[in-house]
Amino acid sequence: MKKLFLGVLTALALAASGTFAGTLDDVKARGNLLCGVSTGAPGFATVDDSGKDVGFDVDYCRALAAAIFGDPMAVKFVGLTSAVRFTALAAGEVDILARNTTWTYSRDTDLKQTFLGVNYYDGQGFMVKKELGVKSTTELDGATVCIQVGTTTELNLADYFKENGMSYEPVPTADNAESQQQYLAGACDTYTTDASALHGTRVNLENPDDHLVLPEIISKEPLGPLVRHGDDNWADIGRWVLNALVIAEEKGITKANIDSWKDTKDAEIHRLLGTGDDDILAMVGLPKNAMYNAIKAGGNYGEIFENNLGATSGINIERGVNASWTKGGILYSPPFR
Amino acid sequence: MTKIAFVRKKEIPPSAPPITEVGLIGWFRQNLFSSWLNSILTVLSVYFIVIILWDFIPWAYGGHWNTKSLRECLDLDPDVACFSVLTARWKQLLFGLYPAEEYWRPTLTFIFLLLAIVPILFPKFFRFFWFSIIYPGLAVWLLWGGSFWSISIVYIGLTLGALFFLTLIRQYLKNYIIAAVLAFLFTTVFFLFISNPLVGLLNVILPISLPFVESLKMGGFTLSLIVGVTGIVASFPIGILLALGRQSNLPVIKMICVGFIEFIRGVPLITLLFVASVLLNYFLPPGTNFDIVLRVVIMVTLFSAAYMAEVIRGGLAGLPLGQHEASASLGLTYWQSQRLIIMPQALKISIPGIVNTFIGLFKDTTLVSIISLRDPVGLASTIRADQKWNGIYWELYVAIGLMFFIFCWGMSQYSQYLERKLKTDK
Repeated sequence: MKKLFLGVLTALALAASGTFAGTLDDVKARGNLLCGVSTGAPGFATVDDSGKDVGFDVDYCRALAAAIFGDPMAVKFVGLTSAVRFTALAAGEVDILARNTTWTYSRDTDLKQTFLGVNYYDGQGFMVKKELGVKSTTELDGATVCIQVGTTTELNLADYFKENGMSYEPVPTADNAESQQQYLAGACDTYTTDASALHGTRVNLENPDDHLVLPEIISKEPLGPLVRHGDDNWADIGRWVLNALVIAEEKGITKANIDSWKDTKDAEIHRLLGTGDDDILAMVGLPKNAMYNAIKAGGNYGEIFENNLGATSGINIERGVNASWTKGGILYSPPFR
Repeated sequence: MTKIAFVRKKEIPPSAPPITEVGLIGWFRQNLFSSWLNSILTVLSVYFIVIILWDFIPWAYGGHWNTKSLRECLDLDPDVACFSVLTARWKQLLFGLYPAEEYWRPTLTFIFLLLAIVPILFPKFFRFFWFSIIYPGLAVWLLWGGSFWSISIVYIGLTLGALFFLTLIRQYLKNYIIAAVLAFLFTTVFFLFISNPLVGLLNVILPISLPFVESLKMGGFTLSLIVGVTGIVASFPIGILLALGRQSNLPVIKMICVGFIEFIRGVPLITLLFVASVLLNYFLPPGTNFDIVLRVVIMVTLFSAAYMAEVIRGGLAGLPLGQHEASASLGLTYWQSQRLIIMPQALKISIPGIVNTFIGLFKDTTLVSIISLRDPVGLASTIRADQKWNGIYWELYVAIGLMFFIFCWGMSQYSQYLERKLKTDK
């Protein structure tokens, strides 16, 4: 058995060595995009009751597939747990990882990955019961805090309280589910995890209005899609599809009105939608109307946000810092030229 | 002559036993209140059972089945179960992300599975054993789809190889080893050069095929059964061979078997699963598609084979040395004595341990959720990531637990039946 197993490995290694092309060519040859998403992160990726993949990260990959193939369905979603996500990308099981992954220095460098940008600025927040009367994290001195052990949130919490000269008593939990149960049972005054998760949790509590997610965010968790080191063209494609979605929101291009921009004076819109004369997308090997298709797939950034994380989704996350820079947020795309 | 005043002519009819010793009261006294310690334990147990059921029954009985989301459940009545999640998702819990219009395939595979194990479990039906032999190929074809011939060619090739071997032995050769080598070569040549064109030809002449379903779509209880059943079936023979190898007099075989068993038993299953899912990818060139379900099945099989080997070795050790010596003195060869004398007894002793390992293996399949496969436990977190059901825990886990319980309990019941049937001593 073992011998056979090793034999198979060797045979496969021999068969496939020396066949390496650019990722875009591989994707085109395969006929679909392999997109690594979370096996389950509220708002970001899951499957709905009918078995269809839905979510914020899912919609980004659909836009990317639409840009390459003109078909938002030409993508296969590979659910990945956090334990295997980076190796799956490194080993080529997926072409791109859009799995609410925080962009950090060591992930960028040591793990040899290229982050394509930030599609969601998350951060650690706190949830409290309203009856506690707390309006800000600075009033949490002496609080008992439910915290998942072994996560960066645990370290952030310790740092934050130390910096502000406050004390707290940790109530260790294994995961968000346990934190939530402990918090509801009254074992802790507040519980802390990524703010996006707190909002999702709060909406489905028995009485959401009795609970409050405090406005302060105590850590930076910029989430974004990433690819392997070594194929800059592929990274450019992923980065500019993301940028195109952001620009589209800035310019007011939506899924519904995308066909009504033919006569606009704005040259950038013409370049973006491929309605002008110059075909700048040929530089990366995409069709002229690639970004048109990408935006058409699920709408601009704002629409995707609204459908998966905002009011339409039921999670009700405010845009906050994730608004366009023109509207007081920090989403800012380099110009499309 | 003394006069005897009274001589009893008839025996006194036996009086009824004291009311405290028979009937319901007697049963209670004997089984529940036989001593003060037992009485305390009984009262405590009843207390705990009552407080659990007191909460559980109204919670489960009044549960909502037809709401659209958890929010709706909570708005209706927050104190009862929200089983609507099962109404909405039971198909996913059973079939994973398998295409809905193809649900009949895993269902049929499961029905065939029940039919295929009957000849193995009940000797009365052994004449249908041929179905158990063709079942694995049939199951693979039904589940994954593709051309019917590319699966059946394996059977055709192996059958031809076996026929070739038998013909050689009957007609031309006396030496089993040379015949086996020749038959092996014949089969290899068949698979290397003949099978592909043959499959192509058969596909043209009589195209039978099902739409292909990739492993990515496998999930839910179907996946647990694929991994669990394959692991159980494959690990049993490998375990027997390993156990025999470990007791072998041939040092090389013994060393290989001991090394394998000790290595595999020395690492946790989750480590092996990570090797299957993550580490193998580093050895394989990018873009190679070595099916993840196959990788996991191989690892699970190896893992439980090592345990199985030790369980069976325990059975072998339980046999007196005299059994080996007696069978040798009858002039039986090694394999004859294993088949006729040793194994039947050793396996009989090992039944509880073997079934124990099987049940453990079946439940261990839930570990695959950690390496991203969507087994029922993995699906539970996927389902919770849908905002409609975000926050549902008990309902899902109760349902999943119940499904596993049914299978494990079935295995346990069968093993007890088998033990009673094989009981030859008093």
